[in-house]
Amino acid sequence: MAGGATDRMETSVTGTTAAGVSIRRFRFSVTDEDLVELRRRIGSTRWPDRETVSDRTQGAQLAKLRPLMEYWGALYDWRKVEAKLNSWPQFITEIDGLEIQFAHIRSPHGEAMPMLMTHGWPGSIIELLKVIEPLTNPTAHGAAAADAFHLVLPTLPGYGYSGKPTSTGWNPARIARAFHSLMLRLGYPRYVSQGGDWGAIISEVLAQQSPEGLLAIHVNMPGTVPEDILRHLRVFDPAPAELSEQEKVAYDRLLHFYRDGFGYAAMMNQSPQTIGYALADSPIAMAAYYYDKFAEWSDSGGEPEQVFRYDEMLDAISLYWLTNSGASSSRSYWEAAQAGGGPFDAVDIPDVPVAVTVFPAEIYPAPRIWAERAFGNLMYWHEVDRGGHFAAWEQPELFSEELRAAFKSLRWG
Amino acid sequence: MNDKSSGQASTLTKQEIRPFRINIAEGDLADLQRRIGATRLPTKELVADRSQGVQLATIQALARYWSTDYDWRKCEAKLNALPQFKTEIDGLDVHFIHVKSQHKNAMPLIMTHGWPGSVIELLETIGPLTDPTAHEGAAEDAFHVVLPSLPGYGFSGQPIEVGWDLGRTARAWAELMNRLGYTRYVAQGGDVGAGVTDAMGRQAPEGLIGIHTNLLVPALGGTMPTNTDEERAAAAQIATFQKSGEGYFIEMATRPQTIGYALLDSPVALAAWMADHDTDAYYKIARAFVEGQPSGNLTRDHILDNITLYWLTGTGATTARSYWEAYGPDAPAARQQPLPPPTIPFAFTTFPGEIWRTPRTWVEASYPNVIYFHEVDKGGHFAAWEEPELLSSELRAAFRSLR
Repeated sequence: MAGGATDRMETSVTGTTAAGVSIRRFRFSVTDEDLVELRRRIGSTRWPDRETVSDRTQGAQLAKLRPLMEYWGALYDWRKVEAKLNSWPQFITEIDGLEIQFAHIRSPHGEAMPMLMTHGWPGSIIELLKVIEPLTNPTAHGAAAADAFHLVLPTLPGYGYSGKPTSTGWNPARIARAFHSLMLRLGYPRYVSQGGDWGAIISEVLAQQSPEGLLAIHVNMPGTVPEDILRHLRVFDPAPAELSEQEKVAYDRLLHFYRDGFGYAAMMNQSPQTIGYALADSPIAMAAYYYDKFAEWSDSGGEPEQVFRYDEMLDAISLYWLTNSGASSSRSYWEAAQAGGGPFDAVDIPDVPVAVTVFPAEIYPAPRIWAERAFGNLMYWHEVDRGGHFAAWEQPELFSEELRAAFKSLRWG
Repeated sequence: MNDKSSGQASTLTKQEIRPFRINIAEGDLADLQRRIGATRLPTKELVADRSQGVQLATIQALARYWSTDYDWRKCEAKLNALPQFKTEIDGLDVHFIHVKSQHKNAMPLIMTHGWPGSVIELLETIGPLTDPTAHEGAAEDAFHVVLPSLPGYGFSGQPIEVGWDLGRTARAWAELMNRLGYTRYVAQGGDVGAGVTDAMGRQAPEGLIGIHTNLLVPALGGTMPTNTDEERAAAAQIATFQKSGEGYFIEMATRPQTIGYALLDSPVALAAWMADHDTDAYYKIARAFVEGQPSGNLTRDHILDNITLYWLTGTGATTARSYWEAYGPDAPAARQQPLPPPTIPFAFTTFPGEIWRTPRTWVEASYPNVIYFHEVDKGGHFAAWEEPELLSSELRAAFRSLR
């Protein structure tokens, strides 16, 4: 496809778009005091006794969190990831009354395809850092120049250094509209959108809105679960007998999610402020709450240490801590919950092409038959053999290959 | 805390009942104050009501009072003025208050608190129940009162193995009453205490002659009839709770350890978690702190006595685990067949502010031998705490026919 217009503003400097909207350069820079205070709190952690089981069925295990916290309080260095974040062009611009922080990385390849990529919870731009290079600079990663993307990586409202909304209404539909505005503001009238977790939901909602210029979406956590299946799930029925083997596998994983693993979402859907006090005041509270999901949702057999280094998990957690966004990010669940429904409910997308990669350890492995019912134009479907919910973070090379393959048919020439 | 057991070491036996006094170290209180003072708060909720959880203004007022006027030592003195004991049952130390009535024919009563409660929520019923003649009752209304702390709560032991579900606690309570020499007694409870009391009724240990609850346990799990307006209203209240207020319940039933870290490390996290129980109780607690307008006995000091007890005993995780044991899909109890409903006499009081307003028909659909039903005009989920005189008069009336 044609790359972004060549007369677009140079985004490596602060500037103003043709419409007169300001885009400011941004640098991640926390104060030394904040880092000292974080270490002080970690050092004064008051611990519970260990769980009474030998597995994860009561939550994040004491023996896993103790060394993680010790590392966080003694050896972990936030400044490293801060430097890494600042090595990419970072910006802030106000959209719909809220400051939106984003990274914008132009590929050296002029014909690159613009792609909006949105992170999830408990994630941030940090979970996308490892795919920036392979996606923007494919020739250095065993792919062709024609595979290149220009990347726009916005931070969700209430997360990281984006603004914290002070009134209700920042639901996925509003976020999708804001991110579309961002793409236009950056001079990308034609682009694709990608995401997992909230990023998948934002991309799907965007596809439902189908603004002019949105060429296609790719999601790695598709919303495909049909209403008749949801009815069984809501009352924790066993898998209906008429389901195929693949559907049964998906059903059982969904049942596990809704029966055993839904507490965090119920809490944030219903009472984000209540859990917010814990996430604002206690590093161990926050680490446990997020580690629980790293363990549950990564392709690691419940041992996230197998796929993430301590530094990686702590980068992710520290960004939430240092921006005090535990409560404000939890509110994104409340906002979405006001409309009812769940994160995997089938999203009806009649026209916009949808590409899906199914990573095996995703919360549920979507069966193709469900996706075909939900998405009128399923342009790409691939079930890969490794990776979980945090696909871009866990398997950056495979994830990048998937995006190249998924969108290949949309490119010109 | 010191376990001031007065027994001689050489005569200690597992059956022994040891006197117990609370004596929190000054350093623990100073650490609590330091933590409250260092609280980092989130930004304010985006709504003007409880619909996003505990409001910032409530927590700010609570933390302010906690760090200025509140005095744990008063609560400690109040508890230590009561006869407190510990005894080991089924491998676990059980803490309990045991107050005998002056009246000889008093009826022995074991009352069980709930979550997020403790023996603190029952303290003001001791006077009316054990000394009715000083509280508008008659001598023949008197009870001997036994108030145990649930396993993992307060000064009871913290289980280090799975299996302390409602049924096991119920069996321990029967053993406790047996150990105290009570051969004919009744049991009462709300919230988790209702769950334990209900389980005691189903187990029907020798000597248990009747039970009273102020929360209809079978409505938590089963489907209740919705034929009348009253029934439909109650079902709608349950549905509202499930849609807007049961996040804490699901989290504790499935991830008690995960949330436990927060409840051990942050006083404000603990206070918020405990204040978020149900809509009626939340607004009463909020009014007590923000407007200085307590509802009944649910005063600022009493609310903080209870929260501080959880903090000082470090029981945030272990109390959460009691939900995992009772309601969690992965707990051993989830695989057990439930016992049939109790055939012993059952009594129930509906308090109007409870999560759902239980109709008589639901009580009769749940228990075959209902000897008492009454709907009173005030009080909510924490009935004994909020309206101790009223709950006491309900218990007198409920059990009168069994004397």
